[in-house]
Amino acid sequence: MPLIKDGKIAQDPWIEAAPDAALPDVDALLVPYAVWHEHRETLMKRNGRLGVRLAADQPPQLIAGDLDRLDLVALEFPTFRDGRAYSYARLLRERYGYKKELRAVGNVLRDQFLFMHRCGFDAYAVADENLAAEWSRALAEISVVYQPSTDRRRPISSLRRRTPAGPGAAPAPKSGEIVSSWAY
Amino acid sequence: MYRYDEFDQTLVDDRVEQFRGQVQRRLSGALTEEQFRPLRLMNGVYLQLHAYMLRVAIPYGVLSTRQLRKLAHIARRYDKGYGHFTTRQNIQYNWPKLYEVPDILAELAEVEMHAIQTSGNCIRNVTADQFAGVAADEIEDPRIYAEIIRQWSTLHPEFSFLPRKFKIALTAAPHDRAAIKTHDIGIGMVKNAEGETGFEIFVGGGLGRTPVVAKRVRGFLPKQHLLSYLEAILRVYNQLGQRNNIYKARIKILVNQVGIEAFTAMVEEEWQHLKDDALDLPADEIAYIKSYFAPPSYEKLEGEDASLAEKRLAEPAFARWLLTSLQPHKAPGYAIVTISLKPDGGIPGDATAEQMEAVADLADRYSFGEVRVAHEQNLVLTDVRQRDLHAVWQELRRHGLAAPNVGLLSDIIACPGLDYCSLANARSIPLAQQITRRFADLDRLHHIGKITLNISGCINACGHHHVGNIGILGVDKKGTEFYQVTLGGSADENTSLGEIVGPAFDEHHVVDAVETVVNTYLEIRKNGEDFITAYRRVGLAPFKETLYAAH
Repeated sequence: MPLIKDGKIAQDPWIEAAPDAALPDVDALLVPYAVWHEHRETLMKRNGRLGVRLAADQPPQLIAGDLDRLDLVALEFPTFRDGRAYSYARLLRERYGYKKELRAVGNVLRDQFLFMHRCGFDAYAVADENLAAEWSRALAEISVVYQPSTDRRRPISSLRRRTPAGPGAAPAPKSGEIVSSWAY
Repeated sequence: MYRYDEFDQTLVDDRVEQFRGQVQRRLSGALTEEQFRPLRLMNGVYLQLHAYMLRVAIPYGVLSTRQLRKLAHIARRYDKGYGHFTTRQNIQYNWPKLYEVPDILAELAEVEMHAIQTSGNCIRNVTADQFAGVAADEIEDPRIYAEIIRQWSTLHPEFSFLPRKFKIALTAAPHDRAAIKTHDIGIGMVKNAEGETGFEIFVGGGLGRTPVVAKRVRGFLPKQHLLSYLEAILRVYNQLGQRNNIYKARIKILVNQVGIEAFTAMVEEEWQHLKDDALDLPADEIAYIKSYFAPPSYEKLEGEDASLAEKRLAEPAFARWLLTSLQPHKAPGYAIVTISLKPDGGIPGDATAEQMEAVADLADRYSFGEVRVAHEQNLVLTDVRQRDLHAVWQELRRHGLAAPNVGLLSDIIACPGLDYCSLANARSIPLAQQITRRFADLDRLHHIGKITLNISGCINACGHHHVGNIGILGVDKKGTEFYQVTLGGSADENTSLGEIVGPAFDEHHVVDAVETVVNTYLEIRKNGEDFITAYRRVGLAPFKETLYAAH
């Protein structure tokens, strides 16, 4: 499946383990949460990079203690209408301090890119590689925001007051400009 | 009232262009109907029985006359010359063409309006007391906080794909005119023991097929925590609300399943992480929004206007209209005027383009250029000098807007029903029309007194039949329309759900049934008590007896 990062199609080094097969010997191994839960000790001892994929009914509290060891967390959208992963993403970034790749997988569509980005996703597994060309357009469609969120864009209320929103606050992106995520 | 600054305007303009692109992609086939559906719904575009329907947001029911004239223009230019005001203080157009919707939205944006989040599984347009800012009984102006909530909830990145729709209502008066306990979140403004104003928060109210009265989740929330607390409630719901069954997806089901104590504990725990952080509302932000709602410069007037008493005596029709249409105003010599959109034989909540323009003219001339929409599907002039009431009444009469029935039996709340809606089992509008005709006699109507009658064409309960003193629900029995009657519902601070009185009536007998209920009430009424007071005293039994005794 094509992967979009920073508005471009990116090489995907991650190999996903099949649920019931033997774990492949690869540098970057992504496992479903069930596998992580069962083989956690063994997996932790591996030398390569590790990622965990959470289904929509698996909240990030399940892996909160393991995040230091993870280089990828993939959150699943079984359908684009299921919005649980937006909350999970914000919890991972804002509460648990997770700073590595946060990937949206499943039914990931163009019109959700902006919301996903605002909630802290920085990688998007999509069905159609042409969506990469749409990514920056989708992000720039709404140029002002009302809410403080994970992307640290300054909400309108703080722009009105003309006071800094806090350390690290990012200005609104200009049209066409791609906001680099995880600058902090 | 609130005015957009450059940022608010940019967001709405951006949204118009974004939706224009989405419509283009739908028309070109790049988006499937399934993919387009939630996008159009988040912009208020429904696919109804005969056509697309566009629901335009009127945040907390407040309109400038410029906005109302634009709504009239849209009715004329893009629809069939009328619009329908809804129980959520919005307006619906029943006949727009999909390819014209982006143009309608662009016209709305010119007057600081939009259709964002008027449908879909997101935080819907926030509603409030229609008399906010002028009611004699309010603690503070709830529009300030309704506007703050409007901004926070607009295109919220985390809460745009909730398990189900989510409605928030506010009131700041002890007498609840916003039906807050029938909302997913109901907010009442209260004073604590130290005399500070804050919020009492209710959660998990709702109607539909499982009607539930909201439960209190917090007795007093200081103002600065409003948004962090709302975000905590929404975050708990977004993660735990059911997603596999749309009939069990509202927050009321979650609250009932885990219990209010456990739900409160989860919200409080989440809130500990969110409070005193980025969502904190500083006093200067509240003051900034408040500055938009400064009261107009009222003339200094003495109590009741003397000329009013004379005209009241001279013209009984005027006196009758005054009896039902006025609410006490906080400024001496002024009155709040409710304009009934429920004429005999009319469609509840409908207004023609000409009527909208007439109301806008009156508001400009007599009421500081502002109009409100009431959730009872009426319009309101908030600031009329008592000495101008006669002129206002005469002008309203010329436009068929002076029905003296606000708060009376023919002030019916009804959903669009099977005439428009693809979900309905039965027609609501023709039934409302028949009832208003049956009770057209004004002496009788005024003799019956204060009563609410609500009609829903299906179990989704858009006409709020559960909380009508008399509720009527359209049901389908083997392809025939039947109507189930409930009694004892109420949507105010003493919210109660109506009880089913017995087997449903067919369309030829339901109006008779309403008449029997009313006559039974008149028989048992003591000391002029209103319907709901009498009902609470005697219960269902006497009504059951008179309704079904003959059968």
